[in-house]
Amino acid sequence: MTALLEIRDLTVSYHTKTGVVPAVRGANITVAAGEIVAVVGESGSGKSTTAHAAIGLLPRGGRVEAGSITFAGRELTGLSDRQWQQVRGTDIALVPQDPTVSLDPVRRVGDQVAEVLLVHRLATRRAAAAEAVELLRRAGITEAERRAKQYPHELSGGLRQRVLIAIALAGRPRLIIADEPTSALDVTVQREILDHLEGLAAESGTAVLLITHDLGVAADRAARIVVMSRGEVVETGPARELLATPEHAYTRELLAAAPSLAREPLRPRRDAGPEVLLTVSGIAKSFDGRTRVVDDVSFSLTRGRTLALVGESGSGKTTTARMVVGLETPTAGTVTFDGNDITRLGREELRRLRRRFQLVYQNPYASLNPRFTIEDVVTEPLRAFDVGTKAERHTRAAELLDQVALPSTMLARKPAELSGGQRQRAAIARALALNPDLLVCDEPVSALDVSVQAQILRLLVRLQEELGLAYLFITHDLAVVREIADHIAVMRGGRVVEHGPADAVLGSPTEEYTRELLAAIPGQVSASPPPVTA
Amino acid sequence: MTNGVPRRLAQAVVVLWAAFTLSFVILYLLPGDAVLAKLGGEAGTTVTAEDIARERAAYGLDDPIVLQYGKRLLAAAQGDFGRSIATGEDATELVLNALPSTLAITGLGLVFAIVFGGAIAIVGTYTRSRWLSQLLAAMPPLGNSLPPFWVGLLLIQVFSFQLGLVPAMGSDGFATLVLPAVTLAIPTGAIIGQVLAKSLRTQLTEPYIEVVLAKGASRARVHWGHALRNAALPALTLVGVLAGNLLAGSVITESVFSRDGIGRVTASAVTAQDIPVVQAVIVLAALFFVLINLAVDLLYPVLDPRLSGRVTAKAVSGV
Repeated sequence: MTALLEIRDLTVSYHTKTGVVPAVRGANITVAAGEIVAVVGESGSGKSTTAHAAIGLLPRGGRVEAGSITFAGRELTGLSDRQWQQVRGTDIALVPQDPTVSLDPVRRVGDQVAEVLLVHRLATRRAAAAEAVELLRRAGITEAERRAKQYPHELSGGLRQRVLIAIALAGRPRLIIADEPTSALDVTVQREILDHLEGLAAESGTAVLLITHDLGVAADRAARIVVMSRGEVVETGPARELLATPEHAYTRELLAAAPSLAREPLRPRRDAGPEVLLTVSGIAKSFDGRTRVVDDVSFSLTRGRTLALVGESGSGKTTTARMVVGLETPTAGTVTFDGNDITRLGREELRRLRRRFQLVYQNPYASLNPRFTIEDVVTEPLRAFDVGTKAERHTRAAELLDQVALPSTMLARKPAELSGGQRQRAAIARALALNPDLLVCDEPVSALDVSVQAQILRLLVRLQEELGLAYLFITHDLAVVREIADHIAVMRGGRVVEHGPADAVLGSPTEEYTRELLAAIPGQVSASPPPVTA
Repeated sequence: MTNGVPRRLAQAVVVLWAAFTLSFVILYLLPGDAVLAKLGGEAGTTVTAEDIARERAAYGLDDPIVLQYGKRLLAAAQGDFGRSIATGEDATELVLNALPSTLAITGLGLVFAIVFGGAIAIVGTYTRSRWLSQLLAAMPPLGNSLPPFWVGLLLIQVFSFQLGLVPAMGSDGFATLVLPAVTLAIPTGAIIGQVLAKSLRTQLTEPYIEVVLAKGASRARVHWGHALRNAALPALTLVGVLAGNLLAGSVITESVFSRDGIGRVTASAVTAQDIPVVQAVIVLAALFFVLINLAVDLLYPVLDPRLSGRVTAKAVSGV
């Protein structure tokens, strides 16, 4: 097996104003021609830095300090700008992380694909335009001719990622570096995109270096897995062996954390409780008076239980959640919380009732005021409802942090000083401040690393037991649902298409759509032989 | 885009009406009397109360204020601002005759400003040389803090008196345009350069730039082909605002370079409290401003496809 890409003892650090921060220390990674290799690790593990070093696109301040990167026998470190330009696009291509921000917003997507061909003089202007359409078609875009003339904002996230794959394939590279190519997308779209990328790579004999934080994704796609932690490669091996007999403690931790690989719920599932807390009946919402974003949705939730509302982007799940907490008024139907129809309450009555249901948002980076200290953040609901004296609020803040397992030293910190997981804990502490009965959690873990996801999910389960909370859990990720839900409602196109106890819905789904969602959970191929590689 | 145009036009009419009304109110509230100034100007003549009354009637100044306003507004809507009290010429004609010369220096000034500012921003963000980048980054604050009249005098001193390259003053021929236009362009170009450079730096850190680089594109292609067009919007918004400033700046510049033009007409009309002329100038300036901004608004969707069919508030907030 000849190595196409060989990274030897690579050391990379970032030179910042405050000093030199090491990012990668002595990493060794080899990719053979046509092989798919996954690099797995958390944020800060150095996986993305390693990948970017291999295409000469380290972020500002990043510097290769030692080691070598060879591609087909040619040393890449120390190449000039002009030499790198010849390597990029034709030898090594990149599929970036977030398709929503990775295309030039003011240029037609067809032109952006054709640009690769023009830059490398692989085609004339006219031929490039035609070939771009063909590349878009190969990347799985229907009506490619029409799409080529559209701008990025006119395409969905999934389509944009396909455009980026077309861009990566355009120069017929021998290696594609895919940096978390699907983590910003819905699960079913994720699967389609990865299937497609894998198929195209196999067809053209292109090798793929897949960067991911999800061991489940790596297990499905890669022949070999490289596990990175704190800038070092801690374990490398064939995918099946590595998953079956992980040697390094960190790999075992990752395996245990990945929701996609978990087979058991975090806690035995329970039937509906005796006391109904929330009843949603026949609610609908239309923003323009014609199309219904949410249409005739009904469900109920009992005290102390978890109902997962599952669906993809555009299914109406978030609008439903917003109606439940009174942030949006339904066009039809009622929402009854503990005997009160919140759709008919006055402003002040609704405000008083709000103490009892709280929201936890998806993005802990955006939902905390960056100018507040954590104490300000956590006690904000108390101040809003004039609860307690200043001293009492301080005591309560420490108590709340303790509940979410954050040290009380965090009280004086600003959100920017906390990691993503710590921020989400602070956001949960804020939601708990007023002793609510119901938490509406809108994708609370989807912005977090898998290992952190597992910690937050365990925290939510523990809090539910201690405080008797009911959860309405909004998510697109059935792997997460499988771990914590008692009941599941699957939404599609604004309607609930399947609804029932979690085991029934997951075990024997009646709807085709639910089956599709289940099949899209990564980590299921690992039981079968890994994909064939050269 | 098509939906926006009638509304924009309606807004433009409102702006013009407001400019007219505001100037009317302010000018009539001011102390002093143009008729007295005119008649009292000649030494040795005796002015009777009848003379004053006759002059007032001739200019329609004896009508009740509301009637005066109504009449003038109606006339102004047809382009008639009355006759200059000082000279008796038609005010509109007076202003329109002065317009071409002023438009020439503001237009050329705007072109220079965009070229200067653009060059500073593009070279400053493209160069790998740290000292050049820092030198260029220091230009905008410098350019903006130099007083235009001083810059004008300095330019005359160097380029006209010492080097003899261009005439120091006068209104004839292209050569006389250069120095006034440069004087006008320096502060304007400085602002454009600063905003464009900042906007370019922001764009160059966007993830889509990495994708373009990963295609194998050169830095020049990234700069010209992608970052610049995305960075142009905030700068374009600014051009709309600055075009109005250029017109205002022409008052000083025309005085320094002894040029005929709106600036000088304005200066003498204000001194003489020549209300019809001042109003004609104000409404013309408002019209100029409105037209420039209308053009800028219509340009947004051409530069950024996301803005077609939508109000441009988003682009404006991008500054």
